[in-house]
Amino acid sequence: MLTWRDFLGAVRVRLDVNRMNYSVEPGIYAVGNQDGNSPVFVSANYKLSFDWLRKELGGVDAWMLVLDTKGVNVWCAAGKGTFGTDEVINRVRAVSLEKIVSHRRLIVPQLGAVGVAAHVVRKECGFSVVYGPVRACDIKAFLAGGMKTTPEMRRVRFDLVDRLVVVPVEIVHWLKYAALLVIGLVLISGFSSGSYDSAVMLDRGVDALMVVSMAFLAGSILVPLLLPLLPGRAFSLKGLWAGLACWAVYMFLAENVMTGLSLLAGLLVTISITSFMAMNFTGCSTFTSQAGVKREMKFAIPLQILSLVAGIVLWVVSGVIKS
Amino acid sequence: MKYLSEVVSLKLDVGECIGCGLCEVVCPHGVFSVRDGKAVVCDRDLCMECGACAKNCPVEAIAVNTGVGCATGLINGMLGGGGACCGEKGSCCGK
Repeated sequence: MLTWRDFLGAVRVRLDVNRMNYSVEPGIYAVGNQDGNSPVFVSANYKLSFDWLRKELGGVDAWMLVLDTKGVNVWCAAGKGTFGTDEVINRVRAVSLEKIVSHRRLIVPQLGAVGVAAHVVRKECGFSVVYGPVRACDIKAFLAGGMKTTPEMRRVRFDLVDRLVVVPVEIVHWLKYAALLVIGLVLISGFSSGSYDSAVMLDRGVDALMVVSMAFLAGSILVPLLLPLLPGRAFSLKGLWAGLACWAVYMFLAENVMTGLSLLAGLLVTISITSFMAMNFTGCSTFTSQAGVKREMKFAIPLQILSLVAGIVLWVVSGVIKS
Repeated sequence: MKYLSEVVSLKLDVGECIGCGLCEVVCPHGVFSVRDGKAVVCDRDLCMECGACAKNCPVEAIAVNTGVGCATGLINGMLGGGGACCGEKGSCCGK
């Protein structure tokens, strides 16, 4: 049974607290009133993966073969090879699975296929691999359908909830860089003609804080929220639109505060942040190829750097001219 | 949602294909389907280069340069961080 302690653990992981140290012991686990005919489900030893499977198996009599994936989830571990052919074979042998069950079948989550070669597992340890659904919540339908996945069960999605659940980790990850940028911008806000004015620094520093905060929120929340609606396929381009949305807010909020050159400077800083953060959201997404990301980075990163540098220079220039 | 077009490295050698259909089963984006005993690529642009198809093809009819489509991982790699994405220290993946 999953307890409040499991739930709290999941919340902490989602907030990036000690996220990489949330694992269970590899080995064989029993669920329900299992016997020698019960199906064997293969899982990673990341506790969130383990708990999801355990929860969805409620009421099913089964075995869980937990691999040593160093506490990493199925898909990412399969990409690295820790959830892989060798580990499956080793774990089957380590627990003497052939003595525990009479059948010779392993149900491997489909996303594990990135690291597992079904034909090799069968040749090496005699167990045939059946690929189960992507999502644990389809397991009962999969079992009821004679261990066959429907095209729908095989598809990885990136729905609103999938996108929003990664937002807290993204915020925690980027917050320190945003804070450094704010400090830097506030410090250079004090340059006025021929001198450094701390009153001007505080005055314009508030605008700098607003610019970075808005861009940060747009990059970390607006982009995931509106991802399918933002025009363009490249994520950096999607981020550009999120940045322009911020600009509309500046025009409205800061009508008499940021004008002319400083407004332009704020916009340039904003789009460099939102575009960069959106581009980095490719890692959270479930459908971007490495070749695609490399192509996107080649044109986006130089433009993002240019936009940021131009924005910072203009921010100083606008302060010097005004005073 | 579809990512950039005409960029992925996925290659299918139809001559080698025995039509076992495992590529269709393991692909998370429905790139393959088996028609008349041979696999066909329905939509290349949906491919995310995860490599599950190539890994599970018993006759090695599929080739793809696998890698994680993660800008943070690629940037870390360029900055000498090893290029690792998920897991371990300095990771970026949310799940």
